[in-house]
Amino acid sequence: MIALDRMNARHRRDFKGMTETAIRYSGVSKVYPNGTTAVDHLDLEIPTGSLTVFVGPSGCGKTTSLRMLNRMVEPTSGTVEINGRNVADVPAAQLRRSMGYVMQQSGLMPHRTVEDNIATVPRLNGVSKSKARANARELLGSVGLDESLATRYPAQLSGGQQQRVGVARALAADPPILLMDEPFSAVDPVVRQDLQRELLDLQKRLHRTIVFVTHDIDEAITLGNRVAVFARGGKLAQYATPEELLRAPADDFVADFIGRDRGFRSLTFDRAPVAVHPVTVLNAETGQRSRIDSGHGSSAPWQADGAEGGSHDAAHGDTHAGARNGAIAASSDGWVLLVNERNAPLGWLPVDGAGNPAPREELRVGGTLWRAGDSLRTALDAALSSPSGQAVAVHEDGSLAGILRGDEIMRAIEEQRNERSDRRERP
Amino acid sequence: MNWLSNNWSTVFELTGTHLLQSVIPVVVGLLISVPLARLAAGSKWLRPLFVTGSSLLYTIPSLTLFVVLPLILGTQMTSLINVIVALTLYVIAILVRSCVDAFEAVDKDILQAATAMGYKPVRRFFGVELPLAVPVMIAGLRVATVSNISMVSVGAVIGIQSLGTLFTDGLRRSIMSEIVVGIIATVILAVVLDQLLRLVGHVLTKWRRAGQVSSGNGGRERRGDGTGKRSAAGPESETQDEDSQRARSIASVESGGAKA
Repeated sequence: MIALDRMNARHRRDFKGMTETAIRYSGVSKVYPNGTTAVDHLDLEIPTGSLTVFVGPSGCGKTTSLRMLNRMVEPTSGTVEINGRNVADVPAAQLRRSMGYVMQQSGLMPHRTVEDNIATVPRLNGVSKSKARANARELLGSVGLDESLATRYPAQLSGGQQQRVGVARALAADPPILLMDEPFSAVDPVVRQDLQRELLDLQKRLHRTIVFVTHDIDEAITLGNRVAVFARGGKLAQYATPEELLRAPADDFVADFIGRDRGFRSLTFDRAPVAVHPVTVLNAETGQRSRIDSGHGSSAPWQADGAEGGSHDAAHGDTHAGARNGAIAASSDGWVLLVNERNAPLGWLPVDGAGNPAPREELRVGGTLWRAGDSLRTALDAALSSPSGQAVAVHEDGSLAGILRGDEIMRAIEEQRNERSDRRERP
Repeated sequence: MNWLSNNWSTVFELTGTHLLQSVIPVVVGLLISVPLARLAAGSKWLRPLFVTGSSLLYTIPSLTLFVVLPLILGTQMTSLINVIVALTLYVIAILVRSCVDAFEAVDKDILQAATAMGYKPVRRFFGVELPLAVPVMIAGLRVATVSNISMVSVGAVIGIQSLGTLFTDGLRRSIMSEIVVGIIATVILAVVLDQLLRLVGHVLTKWRRAGQVSSGNGGRERRGDGTGKRSAAGPESETQDEDSQRARSIASVESGGAKA
């Protein structure tokens, strides 16, 4: 952490918003001797401090374009500039040491320990071994790894850990630019999500200019400030923010590549207040029924920021045990929400006409949970994945806050759409 | 074994000369083979040229070489240099092939990562490529060393001193114990050098065994250090043997069976 904070301070000084251009491709082409065009007249500007994703099907030239930045590939024509300087004028080794590089299979040296791997570039730059190692150990912490791993060999780590070491190694020489070539595509989906979240966290603290290559459009949309979609034959099909990409794909290729559920996925960028309603729950431990009320009454919208502290207490305290047993069936349409002793939702149980819950075997588990501040996409998904049609809302700590009603989520979506078209129609 | 107690200083001396004649060619041969193999590895036309060419060297009978070399080098018939040069050629014959294999077995992605990290070619070779080629290389080196120790004896036929002298002398004078001592000393020398190289390989490839410990525990959990290291001994010796077997089979194919 210390290491990164120090770096952070240095880069903050350099960082003047996202308007400056860090990387500029001008009329760049790459044609191989056999006639294959890998990149076709690429013009692209990447702002300083942004996370830009190159995405496209295999053979679209995204990796080739990335590798032109550190001269692993030389363009056939056109120029690549970094901070106004043509990369062809910088000696290759020096250029490469000035940017971090993370690749798919981590590319760690199997014969070097984790700390020595991280220390690679500082050592090439002539930093002493002890100093480079000390720095490496500090970096381990900032990529979420334990310092005890420092003396392990890469093969002793899991795929996810190796990728983290790869990121630490790329950061070790404190480069302003990071190149990431499909860094997360070989790890399993759960770990990939962790790594993506951590990368976004890291970027929030570090403000590097990151160029990230992936073939996974979802990853591109999750990570990118801007996304460049490449088509086969090395043509840039669209360069836009993820939201623009989902709402207004430039052509059929982009629309097709983005794939199904485009409308649904674009809800990721919509955040709107939706009312959280009280809900009656069944405590799995005690078998008691009680009512969870977020503390603002059933009609007032419960919003992320200001309200959280107060509602938090209410969720734990305001459980009128047994007082409103009769209301259960009415409020949740034949379902009752089962919670554990900490009020964390476990799932829905069907309730029969007389208000008696079904046996525990019939519990429906695993629906999406909505937290204050989450997108309308999450809200809608939470509602759709719940058998009662009501989205389960939880506090930051995972305890139940209440429910969102499906019809109200739909109304919020509609309002957002109207607002957008209002904005467009305004002169 | 009366013979041994009376002659042990001779045996000791011969062991020394024998060692010299077998180890110097291994060192010189290695220094020549590594650059040749590096040039040949992955090259379209150098590879077949060097690999086939070096294998052809092995087909020259050693006795012929011992006799012809003095004429070429202008050395004395009984000079150690003849044996050292001849055996260096045989070491090259074995090592070029196995070093080419060693370099080609190095993961290209790792080399590319090293380049992308800012390694210049020479430093990359010594810092990354060579250490990663060691496992396969050591296997070839062990074969070359052991085969050298047996071939040095052949020189005794034309009067070059080595443990082989014990065979020729024992045979001429019908001293059975001398022949037996010669055989046992040669075998001991071969085993000791082979084990020494194994040890060197063991030290240089610590990282490989580390990988095999955790290959069974694919998940994110880590294993306690103590148990991990102890269990490492098993899988390690297996790979070593695999490598040496591979190199040995290469050598035996190329030599067309027994040599010397």
